[in-house]
Amino acid sequence: MSINTEATPYCEDVIKKFTLAAVFWGVVGFLAGDFIAWQLAFPVLNLDLEWTSFGRLRPVHTSAVIFAFGGNVLFSTSLYIVQRTSRASLFGGNGLGNFIFFNFQALIVVAALTYVLGFSQGQEYAEPEWWIDLWLTVIWVAYLIAFAGTIMKRKEPHIYVANWFFFAMILTIAMLHLGNNIAVPVSFMKSYNVFGGVQNAMTQWWYGHNAVGFFLTAGFLGIMYYFVPKRAERPVYSYRLSIVHFWALIFLYIWAGPHHLHYTALPDWAQTLGMTFSVMLWMPSWGGMINGLMTLSGAWDKLRTDPVMRFLVSSVAFYGMSTFEGPMMSIKAVNSLSHYTDWGIGHVHSGALGWVAFVSFGALYFLVPKLWGRKELYSLKLVGVHFWIATIGIVLYITAMWISGIMQGLMWRAYDNLGFLQYSFIETVEAMRPYYIIRAIGGLLFVAGSLVMVYNIIKTIKGDVADEAYASAASGAR
Amino acid sequence: MFKHHAKLETNIFFLAVGILLTIVVGGLVEVIPLFSIESTIEKVQGVRPYTPLELAGRNIYIREGCYNCHSQMIRPFKDEVERYGHYSLAAESKYDHPFQWGSKRTGPDLARVGGKYTDDWQVRHLINPRDVVPGSVMPGYKHLARKLDYADIASHLKVNRIVGVPYTDAQIANAKKDLEEQVFADPASTPAVLVSYPKAAIGKASINLVGADPKAVTEMDALVAYLQVLGTMVDFKTVDEKAIRR
Repeated sequence: MSINTEATPYCEDVIKKFTLAAVFWGVVGFLAGDFIAWQLAFPVLNLDLEWTSFGRLRPVHTSAVIFAFGGNVLFSTSLYIVQRTSRASLFGGNGLGNFIFFNFQALIVVAALTYVLGFSQGQEYAEPEWWIDLWLTVIWVAYLIAFAGTIMKRKEPHIYVANWFFFAMILTIAMLHLGNNIAVPVSFMKSYNVFGGVQNAMTQWWYGHNAVGFFLTAGFLGIMYYFVPKRAERPVYSYRLSIVHFWALIFLYIWAGPHHLHYTALPDWAQTLGMTFSVMLWMPSWGGMINGLMTLSGAWDKLRTDPVMRFLVSSVAFYGMSTFEGPMMSIKAVNSLSHYTDWGIGHVHSGALGWVAFVSFGALYFLVPKLWGRKELYSLKLVGVHFWIATIGIVLYITAMWISGIMQGLMWRAYDNLGFLQYSFIETVEAMRPYYIIRAIGGLLFVAGSLVMVYNIIKTIKGDVADEAYASAASGAR
Repeated sequence: MFKHHAKLETNIFFLAVGILLTIVVGGLVEVIPLFSIESTIEKVQGVRPYTPLELAGRNIYIREGCYNCHSQMIRPFKDEVERYGHYSLAAESKYDHPFQWGSKRTGPDLARVGGKYTDDWQVRHLINPRDVVPGSVMPGYKHLARKLDYADIASHLKVNRIVGVPYTDAQIANAKKDLEEQVFADPASTPAVLVSYPKAAIGKASINLVGADPKAVTEMDALVAYLQVLGTMVDFKTVDEKAIRR
């Protein structure tokens, strides 16, 4: 436990653990993703073993990045922020914190093992079997108690805006998780979801889209609302905008699920509702982006001088870009081309790498020196290196997926001048190969960037300071 | 309006209630009517519960994560209908727990793959896809040559009945027998399993598979039986197109 200047003892041991776990799982998740990206270009990498095939490893990648990396980042930042903004120590202390920490890490390992061994509920981002779902529910309730309990003992009259987002994330994820995973077990390792067919499709994407909307958006907006103003040393741009976009965002997001089911056997009325609300969602999304970016008013020079700020601001820019692309892709005419193609994969990654991972890196770079009592990071220059390697990686990734996705969609619907389908399916697969290689190289750069971060964080924790840190402090702008 | 917001941001219970009311609406409006509006699932003949062997095969399909690369949902577009067959109906997946419509086509749609290829092609393709489709990026599934574990197949049918699949008592009681019969019965005869489950593909798919026990039911047999029934249950020649139009 460390003591801050105002003598409120914050629980930081457990925050440190979540921070390190986030870094660790981030690297694991990125590596898993890049490995399966190479598998699509070189199928021999499936190794002809049942445990290493794309179908079993892809859930390992998605769960590792969303829940293990994203989850640990959310635990770390939200439990740090809620203490600071409430001027209260963590409810339940390090005991409850450690309960959440150790159970969550064990759950990640167990879930990943079950996927590799071939146990799965067969629904995207909800693969863990029934008893793992119940275990997660216990962890989540403990998290709710720790978070809400801390708010209840706050010494500040108001609940800070970042906490609204975290709180909405916690409550909504609880609802989605319970709603989508109602299943009847046959045995310890196999269950059948109570919903089937079209109703199951709807509950799955009500869950799936809002795992993005709440876990990866609302939660990470909470991170933005604390770390951007903190690092910029400026107040949040607009209090009113934050109220309007918070309520609009959480109301509209829930409706957007059916855009994953355009032109399927889901009734048209549900598809149209999903599309309409997805387009409307553009507005509150950009409300958040504007509030984040405009917080930089009067501090734009920090973009040049502070690479940590560069991560935070670029993440908000990527957020703006993917929350424009998303509503566009939800329009049925566009979706008829983009659905089932790599364009969707590219869209997810511009959000996941550009927004979620970048805002997380910014937050981690802010947190580590604070938590371990260092003045600054080991090297800001290395943060800049990480930023550029990762950015080039993302650009390669998303442009490759745009091209391959649109090409794939066009090839599927192409007719020759005799009125026959022009391409067999396998010809479209072969056409993707160069782009799969470019994408995998982009992913490799992203992994390399994260390893630079690992080095920088280890050196910071050890208390080392690179020479350039002094130089930059002395000369101001670089 | 903004001054009243202070009530929400100074009291966590008000904030919690406000959030819950806000997030619950969309889901209720979009999910509940799917159970109450009758036209959601088209009235067509022919869709039946999976045979025990097909169900076991479907569970292998889920276990291997096939849904990560294959959809089972043909959209009503000219090119898709020409490439894959009649667009998919909600009725065709009404007994699917969970649904496997998928979200990505790294490989082709499988909603109507049933009957398109021979059992032998399916087996060769699953063992090493590049033997029959040189440019394929699909993994090989050599391990499917092993014996299928179906000791508890009856309880799978029972649980399916709990979640709404109309298996009869007789079908549950005969689950194990039906499973074996679908593999080993003479296709020329009319085995009981075919009476209970019309259009089931009878025969042993992995008969020529090196390393597979010809006297036992293999995982390959189950998976191929599942693939061969996909999209074949509804006879579209007998369906009134106007009645299913969306």
